[in-house]
Amino acid sequence: MRIRFISSEVFAGLFRNVTMTIAVILTVAVSLTLFGTGLLVRAQVNTMKDFWYDKVEVSVFLCGANSDPGICPEPITDTQRSELQAALENSSLVEQVYYESSEEAFGRFQEQFANSPILENVTAAALPESFRIKLYNPEDYPAIANALSDAAGVEVVRDQKRLLDNFFTVLNGMQALALGVSAAMLVVTVLLVANTMRVSAFSRRRETGIMKLVGASNYYIRLPFLLEAGIAAAVGGIIASGALIGLKVFLIDRVLSPTFQFTAFIGWSDIHRVLPIVLATGISLAVLAAFFAIRRYLKV
Amino acid sequence: MTSPSVARMGRARRSRNSAGVDVTGAIIRFQHVTKRYRRQMSPALLDVTCAVHPGEFVFLVGPSGSGKSTFMRLILREDTPSAGQVMVAGKDVAAMRSWRVPKLRRSIGTVFQDFRLLPNKNVYENVAFALEVIGKSRSQIKMAVPETLELVGLSDKADRRPHELSGGEQQRVAIARAFVNRPTIVIADEPTGNLDPATSIGIMRLLDRINRTGTTVLMATHDAAIVDQMRKRVIELDEGRVVRDHVRGVYGSYR
Ligand SMILES: Nc1ncnc2c1ncn2[C@@H]1O[C@H](COP(=O)(O)OP(=O)(O)O)[C@@H](O)[C@H]1O
Ligand SMILES: [Mg+2]
Repeated sequence: MRIRFISSEVFAGLFRNVTMTIAVILTVAVSLTLFGTGLLVRAQVNTMKDFWYDKVEVSVFLCGANSDPGICPEPITDTQRSELQAALENSSLVEQVYYESSEEAFGRFQEQFANSPILENVTAAALPESFRIKLYNPEDYPAIANALSDAAGVEVVRDQKRLLDNFFTVLNGMQALALGVSAAMLVVTVLLVANTMRVSAFSRRRETGIMKLVGASNYYIRLPFLLEAGIAAAVGGIIASGALIGLKVFLIDRVLSPTFQFTAFIGWSDIHRVLPIVLATGISLAVLAAFFAIRRYLKV
Repeated sequence: MTSPSVARMGRARRSRNSAGVDVTGAIIRFQHVTKRYRRQMSPALLDVTCAVHPGEFVFLVGPSGSGKSTFMRLILREDTPSAGQVMVAGKDVAAMRSWRVPKLRRSIGTVFQDFRLLPNKNVYENVAFALEVIGKSRSQIKMAVPETLELVGLSDKADRRPHELSGGEQQRVAIARAFVNRPTIVIADEPTGNLDPATSIGIMRLLDRINRTGTTVLMATHDAAIVDQMRKRVIELDEGRVVRDHVRGVYGSYR
């Protein structure tokens, strides 16, 4: 393989139709930016899930003086409480258990509503004691809830995850939408690259005709087209990578992260993971599109 | 034609010898070749059987549409026969795997009526192109191209673009490109079809000189004057059939 010859052919191809080349580069850049954004949205949703699900607890409220008499005929006894605690600590689903007494619950309540008139109507006795449970896997909530809700001395089992689930349904939808849009853009890119390469092969049919005639191998005839598509896609991919880094630096780090401090955002490790995927996807799609587009035209 | 000893030797060994000819010593052999194009009523070639031997100069004559170009396309494996066999250098061309086709074409230089030069390359680059695309090294190219330009008499015009040359000069460039890789066969499809008689004679002399280096030359033509003058073997086609095969022929039916 003569590198000098091939590279001169590739550059001739790229500059022969500069408008087309620019169109390919820009389309690849836009679609890969969207594709990369889709992947980052996904990573962001996962980051948020990790962040929030890590904080959610299952609360097991115990029968007390103010409990619903229908469920709790009498307050929980010390034996019942220690049996319950032992059972929770021995469960393979439970990562951590801690006990919150009525007084502790009241303390927390006071902190949370420090400046609210609501405090005046609440006493320690009004707040039930509880077990706070952290599960290894928040999805295991139903198993725990089933086991505990009928246990003696338990008034009600609540899962904070329920609240988050609605929120994440919305986020999952956004994630699917982002991936859908980026997939559509990738299809557009494939079609554009295929068409461009067909035009390119057509405009060079004289050269390729002579190449076939003098016995150039298929490999030699096609390689310039494949490299041409690959290089255009790589340039587009680099632009897209720049855009994604810009997204991280300017949008996430400067604007979103300081504004929404209650949640975590994707870090550089996510960017480092996504960029190679974006580049590799762009380049390989372009080369494959070019390969299938010109195969028919350049057959010996 | 075949020397008897070569033929006997080949038949005795029942194999193809190393010179790239088949058991009968032919470098090109058509055996009952018929070619029908799709949606075409009459066949382009019909039961053609003939052989060309190494070092021969053969004219392929016949009226337009008689199948001359088809004959050549089958040799180059630009197309395959509908029936029969085309053997080139002892190999069945139609049965050849497609990745071997480039190797076949490297052993055949091809010249056309319309020159088929690259307009944006100069003479030297046009000839060098044929070597570049088959992966020859720069040093090989630097040796072979000037030598071949010398042979065709264009050494002093190496840096001209095709549009700066006369028709005859352009055809010489095309011949140089066909011959620069020293093929064993040169195929020329009406190479003088666009040229005036005086220029045509120059092209014929050049092809004759190439033939005298031992290269087999197969030339399709309309030009009765040239055929009569050269006194070479003539195969005449008419409506796809071989109607004449004379060792030292004249154009015949066209006179
Ligand atoms: N690619 C093709 N498709 C269909 N018919 C063809 C094709 N090439 C040639 N023919 C037909 O085959 C016949 C022989 O053509 P050709 O070999 O070009 O003859 P010549 O070169 O002697 O003029 C003609 O009738 C022509 O119309
Ligand atoms: Mg013809």
